[in-house]
Amino acid sequence: MSTTTPAPGPAPTGTFSAARTTATAARVLRQLRHDPRTIALMLLVPCLMLVLLRYVFDASPRTFDNIGASLLGVFPLITMFLVTSIATLRERTSGTLERLLAMPLGKADLIAGYALAFGALAVVQSVLATGLALWPLGLDVTGSPWLLLLVALLDALLGTALGLFVSAFAASEFQAVQFMPAVIFPQLLLCGLFTPRSDMHPVLTAVSDVLPMSYAVDGMDEVLLHTDMTATFVRDVAIVAGCALLVLGLGAATLRRRTE
Amino acid sequence: MMNSESDPPVPGPAAPAVHAVHAVHAEALTVVRGPRTVLHDLRFTVPRGQITGLLGPSGCGKSTLMRSVVGTQAKVTGTLNVLGHPAGHPVLRSRVGYVTQAPSVYDDLTVRQNLDYFAAILDPGRAAARRRSDHVAQAIADVGLTSHAGALAGNLSGGQRSRVSLAVALLGAPELLVLDEPTVGLDPVLRRDLWNLFHDLAATRGTTLLVSSHVMDEAERCHRLLLMREGGILADDTPEALRARTGTDTVEAAFLHLVDQAATADRTKETTR
Repeated sequence: MSTTTPAPGPAPTGTFSAARTTATAARVLRQLRHDPRTIALMLLVPCLMLVLLRYVFDASPRTFDNIGASLLGVFPLITMFLVTSIATLRERTSGTLERLLAMPLGKADLIAGYALAFGALAVVQSVLATGLALWPLGLDVTGSPWLLLLVALLDALLGTALGLFVSAFAASEFQAVQFMPAVIFPQLLLCGLFTPRSDMHPVLTAVSDVLPMSYAVDGMDEVLLHTDMTATFVRDVAIVAGCALLVLGLGAATLRRRTE
Repeated sequence: MMNSESDPPVPGPAAPAVHAVHAVHAEALTVVRGPRTVLHDLRFTVPRGQITGLLGPSGCGKSTLMRSVVGTQAKVTGTLNVLGHPAGHPVLRSRVGYVTQAPSVYDDLTVRQNLDYFAAILDPGRAAARRRSDHVAQAIADVGLTSHAGALAGNLSGGQRSRVSLAVALLGAPELLVLDEPTVGLDPVLRRDLWNLFHDLAATRGTTLLVSSHVMDEAERCHRLLLMREGGILADDTPEALRARTGTDTVEAAFLHLVDQAATADRTKETTR
C-alpha cells in the first residue's frame, strides 16, 4: 500500500451534466449485464404473452388486434415500473444513493441516467414485441408501426418515472413489488382495455380521464384505426409524455441530500 | 507527522484565519433525530493534515456527527464549518470523501466498474478518461485490491467490500476523509496496512482524516482524539495528553476513567436536584 499525489481533477458542480448522466446510464446497464436472466425475462415475457394472446383469440383476430395493440403499450410500462422501483430502492437502501448525493452529482443527472438506461432497454423490448405482433402474429394495424413504437417508448418512460417515484415510499422490496398492483392494476382496469371507457360508471369514466395509461391505450387505438397521425393521437402522446415528465420531477423531489 | 503547514490555505476572501488551521470547526452543534436530541451543543475542531479519532460506545452519536460533517444529516443547528464552508456546501462535494459504516458499493458491478463510475461522477468527461483510469488504479492499489479488480463486489468478503468502499472515497484525492469504522471486520495485518495508509495520506498528501472506531488500540495511532459519550464530547486532546491527564497507561483506561467520572457527575447532579 503506497500513496502518490495525483493532481486533483476539475469537478464542476452543475445542475445537469451530460457526461454524468451518460456515465450513470452506462453504470445501470452494466449492472443489468451482470444479471442476464433479468434481461431475458424483460425482453421475452412480453413476446410470450403476445403469442399466448394471439392463440387465446384464435377464432377472433379482430379482438387480438384491439387487445394486442393496447398491450404493446402496457407491457413496457409494467416492466419498467417494476425494474425501476426495485433498482432505485436498492440504490436507496445500499447507501449508494447517499454516497452519490454527497458527490457532485445532480439529481437530474441521476434520474435522466436511469430514464436513459431503461429507455434504451424499452426500445429493444418494444421493437421485439411490436415486430413479433405485426409480422408472425399478424396484428392488423392501419397506421405506421413507428407510431406504435413511439407510444411504447413513452409508456416505458412513464413506467420508469412511476417506479422511481414510488420507490421513495417503499421500505423494502416486498413493499415495492406490492406497489405494482396498487399503482398499475387500477389503471389497467380503467384504461379501456376490457371495456370502452365510455361504458363505465360515470365516476369511473371521470377517474380514467385523469389516469395516464388511458391515454397510452387510446394512442395505440388511434394508430390501429387511422393511417395518419390524428389530432387525438398527438393529444394522447403529449399527455403521456407530460405525465412522465411530471412524475420524473416528483421523483427528483424525493431524492434528498440530507436525511434523518 | 504533523504537516498542516503544507496544506494550501482555503481560497475565498471570507475564510477567517481559523479555517487555515482547522478542517472542521463546530460551535453549538446540535442534531435532532425524531424525538431525540442526538448531539447536544458540541464544540470541537479537527486540525488539518492530521488524523483525528472519534471514539465512543456505539449509539453515542459518532455516525450522526460524521454525517453532519459530510452534509447528509438533516436537522443540524449551530455552526459547522468544513474546509472554510458550511457543511454540505456544494463546493465540498468533491473535496470531502466519505465512507459509511456499511459498504456503499454496487454488488452487481466489479471492483473496477464501481470505481470507474464514481470517478466519472467526480471528474466527468471524455477528456479526463486517462486521468480517471490512473486514479482508479491508484485507489485500488491503495486499498490492496489490485488482484481482485475484476471480481464482482458482491462476491467479495465483508472486509474486501469495505475496502472497495474506502477506495471510492480516496478517488480524486479529497482534502478531508470522513471514515466511519473503516477497519471493522478486518484482520490485524489489513488493519495495520490501512492505518499505515491513513498516516501516509496525512503525511504526503496533507489529507485530514476523521476516523471513527470503537477499537481503543487504534486510538493510539491518531494524532488527536475526540471522545464521545451520549451525544456529548467528553475529551478533545492528544492521546498522550489524555493519558497524562488521567494518570493512565492506555487510551482505553483514560476513556473508562473519563466515562466513570462523567457518570458520577451525572448522578450527583441528579441527587442534588
